Amino acid sequence: MAGNVWIVAEQWKGAVSDATYELLALGRGLADSLGVRLEAVLLGHGARGLAESLGPADAVLYVDHPTLADATGLQASRAVAALAATRQPRAILVPSTNVSWDLLGLLPARLGVPLINFCREVQVVDGALQVRSLLYGGKMTVTVAAGAGPVVLAILPGTVTAAARGVAPAAVDDVSVDLPDDPGVRLIEYEEPEAGDVDITQQDVLVAVGRGISSESNLEVAEDLATALGGAVCGSRPVIDQGWLPLGRQVGKSGVTVKPRLYVAAGISGAPEHLEGMKDAELIIAVNTDAGAPIFSVAHYGIVDDATDVLEAMAAAVRKRKG
Amino acid sequence: MPDPTTSTLLGIPGFVFLWALTATAFALFGWRVYRILRALARGRAEPRWDRLLSRVWNVVVNVAGQRRMFDNPGVGLAHLVIFWAFLFYAASFAWNLLRGLLPFLPVPYADAFVWVTVPMVLLSAATLVALAGAAIRRYAVRPPRLAQSRDAGLILALISLLVVTYLAGQGAKAGVGGLSSSSADSVYVAMWWVHMVTVLAFLAYLPYSKHLHLLASPFNVFTASFDPGGMPAPSEGAAHLPEFTWRQLFNGLSCAECGRCDRSCPAFATNQVLSPQDLIHDVKLMVLGAASGRDGNGSLIDAVGAQAVWACTTCMACMARCPVFNEHIPLIVQMRRQLIGQGEVGTGVQDMLMGMTRYGNSFGQSPRNRPKWTRDLEFEVKDARQEPVEYLWYVGDYASFDPRVQAVTRAAARIFQRAGLDFGILYDSEQNAGNDVRRLGEEGLFEMLRDKNLASLESAKFEAIVTTDPHTYHALKREYGLNGKVRHYTEVIDGLISSSRLPVSPNGGGRVTYHDPCYLGRYNGVYEAPRRVLGGLGLDVVEMARNRSFAYCCGAGGGRIWMEDAAAGGERPAESRVREAAGLQGVGTMVVACPKDLVMFSDALKTTGLEGTFEVRDIAELVEEAMGATQRSGI
Amino acid sequence: MRILVLMKMVPDIVEELEVAGDGTSLDREYLRFIVNERDDYALEQALLLKDRLQATVTVVAPAAPEVDDILNTALAKGVDRVIRVSGIPATSGARATASALAATLPGIPGALPADLVLSGCQAIDDLDGFTAPILATALGLPYLGLVSRITVDPGAGKAIVGKEYPAGVTGRFEVVLPAFLGVQGCEKPPRYVPVAKVRAAMASGRIEEVAAVSGPSVPPLDVTAMGKPQETGHAEMLGGSVRDVAERVADILAARGLL
Repeated sequence: MAGNVWIVAEQWKGAVSDATYELLALGRGLADSLGVRLEAVLLGHGARGLAESLGPADAVLYVDHPTLADATGLQASRAVAALAATRQPRAILVPSTNVSWDLLGLLPARLGVPLINFCREVQVVDGALQVRSLLYGGKMTVTVAAGAGPVVLAILPGTVTAAARGVAPAAVDDVSVDLPDDPGVRLIEYEEPEAGDVDITQQDVLVAVGRGISSESNLEVAEDLATALGGAVCGSRPVIDQGWLPLGRQVGKSGVTVKPRLYVAAGISGAPEHLEGMKDAELIIAVNTDAGAPIFSVAHYGIVDDATDVLEAMAAAVRKRKG
Repeated sequence: MPDPTTSTLLGIPGFVFLWALTATAFALFGWRVYRILRALARGRAEPRWDRLLSRVWNVVVNVAGQRRMFDNPGVGLAHLVIFWAFLFYAASFAWNLLRGLLPFLPVPYADAFVWVTVPMVLLSAATLVALAGAAIRRYAVRPPRLAQSRDAGLILALISLLVVTYLAGQGAKAGVGGLSSSSADSVYVAMWWVHMVTVLAFLAYLPYSKHLHLLASPFNVFTASFDPGGMPAPSEGAAHLPEFTWRQLFNGLSCAECGRCDRSCPAFATNQVLSPQDLIHDVKLMVLGAASGRDGNGSLIDAVGAQAVWACTTCMACMARCPVFNEHIPLIVQMRRQLIGQGEVGTGVQDMLMGMTRYGNSFGQSPRNRPKWTRDLEFEVKDARQEPVEYLWYVGDYASFDPRVQAVTRAAARIFQRAGLDFGILYDSEQNAGNDVRRLGEEGLFEMLRDKNLASLESAKFEAIVTTDPHTYHALKREYGLNGKVRHYTEVIDGLISSSRLPVSPNGGGRVTYHDPCYLGRYNGVYEAPRRVLGGLGLDVVEMARNRSFAYCCGAGGGRIWMEDAAAGGERPAESRVREAAGLQGVGTMVVACPKDLVMFSDALKTTGLEGTFEVRDIAELVEEAMGATQRSGI
Repeated sequence: MRILVLMKMVPDIVEELEVAGDGTSLDREYLRFIVNERDDYALEQALLLKDRLQATVTVVAPAAPEVDDILNTALAKGVDRVIRVSGIPATSGARATASALAATLPGIPGALPADLVLSGCQAIDDLDGFTAPILATALGLPYLGLVSRITVDPGAGKAIVGKEYPAGVTGRFEVVLPAFLGVQGCEKPPRYVPVAKVRAAMASGRIEEVAAVSGPSVPPLDVTAMGKPQETGHAEMLGGSVRDVAERVADILAARGLL
């Protein structure tokens, strides 16, 4: 039983998230290389049906408890830690997303084991796990040898291609753990962002602005280009933090993932949290005054210049071209 | 002519009435003035008593000579006449009052002497003409921002009445109009009394009216600052009356509500959020309110509005135009210090200040990026920290970090190199000189920057400092105590060309116009050196109407370049300026000598649609081209 | 009400980062340290709560280069106490730092128990864990992270908290105090305090120094290499004037049928 590779299935809005399928693909490969089983931990209340699609796992460990409906990271970490304490998996893979954030923090603490954060690549080398992580906002990469004991791995989205959905696992085991009935933290409700605004995930063209546009009044330049191209404006986290754009326009880890035909990134440096949300766009054109900005490693075309100036010129050129 | 004060009314001799009226008028006047002085005394100290002879001379030139009023010669002449008439009338009044109150004095009335009456009559006639002109200007021409108050109209009427009664009295005395002797006597006495009572009433009214400026402005000029661009003494700022200095408060009393400041203010022209005249008026209300015993706890920031306080570009056009030498900018900076102290700053400025505190530049970049502009040069620039140099080149933030300006900085480097100038830079030890930080009210950060920079300069060996940035120029020259050592690059290039150390071959001439940067021109009086340089290049400098000390600010100063653009609907100062330049016949280029000007005007060319038909070039680029065989650097 | 704020310094990525000679850590020559951005938001949250309720705010930070600036800035912003914990190496990692803090905090008079403990829920150097939840677990406090809004009802001993989810969704939670909240954001950005006030705080010398108490030893991760990320690709760079670039972009868009 000990030494297996685990993944924790992530649920959001009643469904298993895409990130979980990436974990299953990755976990499958690791388990095969190590010659151990891949087990998926699924928590919930009346959610057993979700286990049916966690195919790549050899077994799903399903924990049902009333307090695990809309589980907080606190309660989830108690459940997973209790399971892991007896079963001693070698590695527990958790998605590095907002939904699983607290679990990532609390689970290793509860188990007294390390986390390896920001994992970009996980391999088996000489029978041991070797991890490559992105540190310091993506500016450095570190290679970590995971060691034999249990370890929790925070896997960045987009690390591997997701496994197919809808494949059934070999087995679904109902397991039980002791959990306090009052977790100490209680969900009141989820608040959706303001409706009536544009749904940026449905746009073909997005003009994204970051800190590099310098001031809120320069937003109109981005709006202008977006209008000229028949798209919408969105932004990276700092712009939302400043209140220049509403929450619904945020692209990235805390916002949405978009895959438009065209993504113009203006004044965005390309922090990993933002790249996560847009790197699969079909055509990415990036403008930044810093030639070393990470955005240029995912963009197809890059321009080193002042973002506002370039957006303005682009709008003029586009209008002229369209006639 | 009968003695007006010995004639009786209702059996009481005139001088009794005169005593009563005089005592009343002087009491009212004195009481009010006393209350005002008490209010001023609640303000903080500010010594303005040095260089007494220079101060007296200032008064001679600007009060007796009314110099600043002559920016419009017709207006200047009219006001000079009215002013001198007033002086003469005051003297005549004093004489007559003394004689009238003390009829036993063996001295005739003033108008007994021809050498009094002739000048007085001539001056009175000229004054009537001047008054008519003033009335036409005020009521027909109606210059914008000339405060149209009932007070102003009343003053015109009162002065006219004084002149008319004097002339009528003298006319009666001279037998004009063919009146009988007793009628002439009656007219003379009546006119005398109307005149004297009017003056006494005027005297009592004066400390309640805008004509307070009569009393206050000569004193304002006497105590004017010898360093008008200078900042108030370090303080936590001011919003309430006792937090300002007496001299800052005194501005309000000296204002004649002429509107010259508003008419020259770029912030006012954009969207009227900031009116320098209203600012001074609010100060006056605050002081007069305190004098009237009303609550002296009002906040000037509340009265003016924080948005207006932040709207100022510190270009100093207001102070340069004000005929009574009011000092608007210290008021703004005092209020900004208060707002900064409370953390009430916009995010743009906050981000800039935090980056500046940490990295020593306004771009929030690592100090190690500062010297990167030198990489594209064909030669090494000396490190002034390591070896002595003749000229320490203090480059400045925008010239070092902004990609649009770096090309100009390299041009300047090549010019220095070609001229064989021994120069070096401080590399990453250079930090922002702090000029704009200080004008934003962050005095603590300014002191920190100044201390660091002085330490860096201390350990370097140099004969002089040259800078490509007028804001840096002003700070180093005037606020770091380095005065004689600091030169702007146009001054240095001027010297190099005129001493033939820099060979330039004019290529074909051409017509250009030159924009005087605020901190080089108005603040430091450097107007001719850049023009000589352009002349030396064979260029024909065509002046804009607003040139030299009247130059119109680009709008970047005072920290505005980091603030939200408030121009919604209005015309930005930079746009107004490029349009002015482009409107000159046969001129296709505006030459600038300041990095912020280059950035602001380049943007303005785009927003005004002039890009492509008009260009903005830095003087260094033109000099480099005239040095021969260089590529034009595109912006 | 007592609020404890934990802050730490992290490497400043505005500067170029280089790898040290040992190949597994950062080169320290030009390395500067800056406050963890999320901790700054935690401090702002604490100050907002102090403005609204009668709360005392204590800030604790491990000693590190430039930490005094942060502590003095916190004092200038109005916190009641600032404490610097010496003896926790800057290279410690989240687990070791949390272990040392968990052992040290109980011994600082007046720090614990606190009604609310706030700290940033992430930092750019958190490789072997997140300090906040590890510390919360060690202190036996309930933990919720990615918090961007906090309202406290001190009478009822509860806080209503807004937590960030994907796509701009916010979860509203009720948390029983005492609790530990991992802060991601705040309803307002961190406030500005003028340099003069920070210098005045420096002059007042109010930073308390406390030596770290060793907790159970925590082995560090086995980092075998550190380096700059290899780019898997790079954009084709377009040069020239802004006009030229705009024309090129229009060409590209036209070729793709995007115009």
